[in-house]
Amino acid sequence: MSLPAAIPVMILACLATAVLGLLLKWIDRKVTAMVQWRKGPPWYQPLADLAKLMGKETIVPENARRTGFLIAPILGFAAVSVAAAILWVVNIDPSVSFVGDLVVVLYLLTVPSLAIVLGGASSGNPHGAIGASREMKLILSYELPLVLAMVPAMIAGGWTLKLGAIATAGSSSVGMTIAMIVGFIIGILCTQAKLGLVPFDQAEAETEIMGGVYCEYSGPPLAMFYLNRAMMHAVLPLLLVTIFWGSLSQGVGHAVVWVVLYLVVVVVVTLVRNTNPRVRIDHAMKFFWFGLTPVALVAVVLTLIGNGL
Amino acid sequence: MNWKLWGLTKSPWVYHVNTGACNNCDIEIVDCLTPRFDIERFGMVLAPTPRHADALLVTGGVTQQAKPRLQEVYRQAAKPCIVLCVGACACTMGIFAECYHMVGPVDKVIREVDPNAIIVYIPGCPPKPEAIIAGAVKGLQTACAALS
Repeated sequence: MSLPAAIPVMILACLATAVLGLLLKWIDRKVTAMVQWRKGPPWYQPLADLAKLMGKETIVPENARRTGFLIAPILGFAAVSVAAAILWVVNIDPSVSFVGDLVVVLYLLTVPSLAIVLGGASSGNPHGAIGASREMKLILSYELPLVLAMVPAMIAGGWTLKLGAIATAGSSSVGMTIAMIVGFIIGILCTQAKLGLVPFDQAEAETEIMGGVYCEYSGPPLAMFYLNRAMMHAVLPLLLVTIFWGSLSQGVGHAVVWVVLYLVVVVVVTLVRNTNPRVRIDHAMKFFWFGLTPVALVAVVLTLIGNGL
Repeated sequence: MNWKLWGLTKSPWVYHVNTGACNNCDIEIVDCLTPRFDIERFGMVLAPTPRHADALLVTGGVTQQAKPRLQEVYRQAAKPCIVLCVGACACTMGIFAECYHMVGPVDKVIREVDPNAIIVYIPGCPPKPEAIIAGAVKGLQTACAALS
């Protein structure tokens, strides 16, 4: 894609993801309210939160690193926008995909978490520092099973890292189909941790370390983080569905299942967060390393056996 | 009404400060979050830190220990931020009025920091959750009138 064509695509994808993300944020809160037998906020609630935060005062603490503190939310926003643009383009036209764009997307989706680490560590607040250290441990925990869970899909695409090829390939054996389903479930659990939702919200535990990494943020920078999280809420299910089900552009029936799977990821993430307590950080690491990683490895082996090695 | 004030009235995040209350008002505040009253209908949620807060929910008359801390919390809150005095003690000192360890009601302590602070009084011992919600609405109306 040429540069003049890429800029409008970029802006459009960014806006669409932001709107979709805010809507999903509302669905998340509404489903939470329904689970708790409450009425819940109106549909424009995330927008009102964002508008209010944009209109508030920006406070930079006296002992914070000013540049790092203020640049962190912008870094996260930039990364998640680019990742969203790549994923939407691949979904609409898989032939635009370039070699290794899966790696690019996975890297870009790590940047918002790293931005949170940067912001928390530079805020000069002990709660922020604890939150940053926990977020770092979480990144170390969930990235390994997440990438391993995607290996069956990479094999299905013909040993490739090209999103376009992965998104258009079908499953060729029973073993591979089972591996894909297992990978999808592991992906949902990693999404939970990537979004920082209970049981993996140790980095921003409100009741424990006062918002942790977001402790010192106020006004527009907090609004940027709010928007980042909303966009991640839209992008991560998009990534999972693109990899494990395929792109949006493969007929009406395929697209309907695509939308259903997308909503399933969103609602399952919300239900898991409403039915579980926060786990301790070392328990979370054990869960990802010694619980999910072996399962993901078994899925990879299953794919290889199913394909006749 | 401009968009900033619209956001403020539709999504007030509250931070709960206990400056020496007997815990009764705090229980009534928690009641507001229950399914029966569900203040999230109005976009109100409990904020984890004063930096995120649009309203400070102060309970209890201010003790000598709590005074500098309450003032610091008010300074730390991102403005515009309103103060809700929940309960008779926070409004007027209630039965603790003559005690040796009390420095005064919440409004006096806050006005030492910011003479123009928007302060709402919700009397009662403890106030009903309905009264707390009504007080928050009046506080936001006052804030809108003052800021526009």
